[in-house]
Amino acid sequence: MSPDATILRALPKAATGIAGLDDITLGGLPTGRPTLVCGAAGCGKTLLAMTFLVNGATQYGEPGVFMSFEERAADLAANFASLGYDLDGLAAEGKLAIDHVRVERSEIEETGEYDLEGLFVRLGYAVDRIGARRVVLDTIESLFSGFTDPSILRAELRRLFGWLKDRGLTTVVTGERGDGQLTRQGLEEYVSDCVIVLDNRVEQQITTRRLRVVKYRGSAHGTNEYPFLIDGQGISVLPVTSSGLLRPVSNEIIPSGIPGLDAMLRTGGFYRGSSILLSGVAGTGKTTIGSHFADAACARGERCLFFVFEEGAEEICRNARSIGLDLRKRVESGLLRFEASRPSLFGLEMHLARMHRDLDDFKPDMVVLDPISAFRGPAAEVHATLLRMLDLLKSRGITSLFTSLRTETTEAEGTDHGLSSLMDVWIKLMDIETNGERNRILYLVKSRGMSHSNQVREYRVTDSGIELIEAYIGLEGVLTGTARLSQEARERAAAVRRLQEVERRRREIARRRDALERQIEELRANLEVEEEESRKLLTEEEGHEATLSSDRAAVAARRGAAE
Amino acid sequence: MSHDQPRSETPVADPDTDPGYYQLRLYVAGQTVKSLTAMANLKRICEEHLAGHFEVKVIDLLENPQLAEGDQILAIPTLVRRLPTPLKRIIGDLSNTERVLVGLDLRPKDTSI
Repeated sequence: MSPDATILRALPKAATGIAGLDDITLGGLPTGRPTLVCGAAGCGKTLLAMTFLVNGATQYGEPGVFMSFEERAADLAANFASLGYDLDGLAAEGKLAIDHVRVERSEIEETGEYDLEGLFVRLGYAVDRIGARRVVLDTIESLFSGFTDPSILRAELRRLFGWLKDRGLTTVVTGERGDGQLTRQGLEEYVSDCVIVLDNRVEQQITTRRLRVVKYRGSAHGTNEYPFLIDGQGISVLPVTSSGLLRPVSNEIIPSGIPGLDAMLRTGGFYRGSSILLSGVAGTGKTTIGSHFADAACARGERCLFFVFEEGAEEICRNARSIGLDLRKRVESGLLRFEASRPSLFGLEMHLARMHRDLDDFKPDMVVLDPISAFRGPAAEVHATLLRMLDLLKSRGITSLFTSLRTETTEAEGTDHGLSSLMDVWIKLMDIETNGERNRILYLVKSRGMSHSNQVREYRVTDSGIELIEAYIGLEGVLTGTARLSQEARERAAAVRRLQEVERRRREIARRRDALERQIEELRANLEVEEEESRKLLTEEEGHEATLSSDRAAVAARRGAAE
Repeated sequence: MSHDQPRSETPVADPDTDPGYYQLRLYVAGQTVKSLTAMANLKRICEEHLAGHFEVKVIDLLENPQLAEGDQILAIPTLVRRLPTPLKRIIGDLSNTERVLVGLDLRPKDTSI
């Protein structure tokens, strides 16, 4: 065990309850110490601080005091009501105290020595009243605009942070970002235990909020910049880190929903948790195949999350209906959810972050991303983002289908975001233009861990879904569509012709046999006639002979008698 | 010290009718040197400049911390002029009499001071 880890356990931490932030800080903010949260205007400092307090009050049984130097209590309550935080209710329950400190330079006349004991009194009173364990000072630097003597303020701030530490209050101090330093008045000088910087960056007109833990005394922490989200559910930080390659694998086979496609795989489907890349040019039915996958998952009773970046959910549903899939029914049954957003709406990090949250929220078994090629940006960044998306999905054992638009140039430039080598399965969709028509074919470029067909299949989008057809492969190459049909017709015609020829020959033989037999018959008849003739002649001859001999005998007898 | 007792010496004027009537509150936190100095200075200034037209309440926040929020007290000592309006806050131990008088609108603001 490293020394870091020992300290880690020794240092008590107060959980913020903010998804992700507690992961980055390995447990939360340092208990009983002040933490500085700084950033430019509109970064979400107040939101983060208030969430820390509200979660403390509602989830961890630690009441909190919010000392606001900017917004009035009523305004805060109204602003946070939109996030579902009932500040007034919490205040009534004694779990939260909000004290608005108003500093108005024009109302103040300085007439001699003073200190800020009043601030201490107010804070101390509020803390004691509700037994607070957490304190937020938002934004204490406003004091500098109210008093002329910064040296008094600095001394008092130092005393204040000492006082907060002595009381063991876990404090969040917010500060505006200043030039060249973290805060305008150099608050980091006083609050040095934990510093978190919030950032709101605009790149190519897209804003991404990021959070970074700059320092955390006595504790290890995530050092990267992490994107965070502010939406209707409050703030969530997304520690999107590569989960590495240690993850469980499944041997379970799940069918794709397209029988012909499953038949191309010896296993009859894909492994659960595998990643499938579906790449093809425009109009090859990527989304349609995606709809098939989604529908099949829902039919198995699994949950499917469908991220669409180019169409709306309604459009997908309508279009799927034309191939006989009722996705709307799946949506209504709660098994299918669409998350539609333009890729340009957020930065890449934010997409990743949102996806992370959606996965946590919906817990799908299957995810379809349609299409990943919609993400634009520096190639390295897009690749890194997609890689993390893939890792994110794989680490959860979620089967994923990525569709990707291939253009004539992408392949040459290798800008399919370099994802193809990371995928377990790559199905390539192509279209072939011949004879004035366009036909679609697909083949499996790869499918890890299973033997699969190396054959090109033609497929058609029919009323009842995608239908795979054996493509014609012969001497004349691969034929599809009408070429295949006409070739098949030609072959059929040839076969018929061959059949007819055989039949004709058979008839000819029969005819000749008949003819010959007739000849034989004739000859035999002739023979018989001749035989008859011969017999007749012979008999006549014999009769004649007999007559002759008897005549001769009679003559002899007559002669003998005469002698 | 009694924090809630008006330290004014029998106000002669009626706050409702007298436009020059001063209602003042001095916030302190315990009997510190600064507090005591402020109290002494206030007494002197009021008697010199507002004789008969003022009332002063001294509030010790160590005893009544809940009162700090209402008048937005941060610095100690703070003298709050509740009447006449507008509300004014004069912070410090009131040792700079000129500034106190400016703060109380008893003397026009002079940049030379």
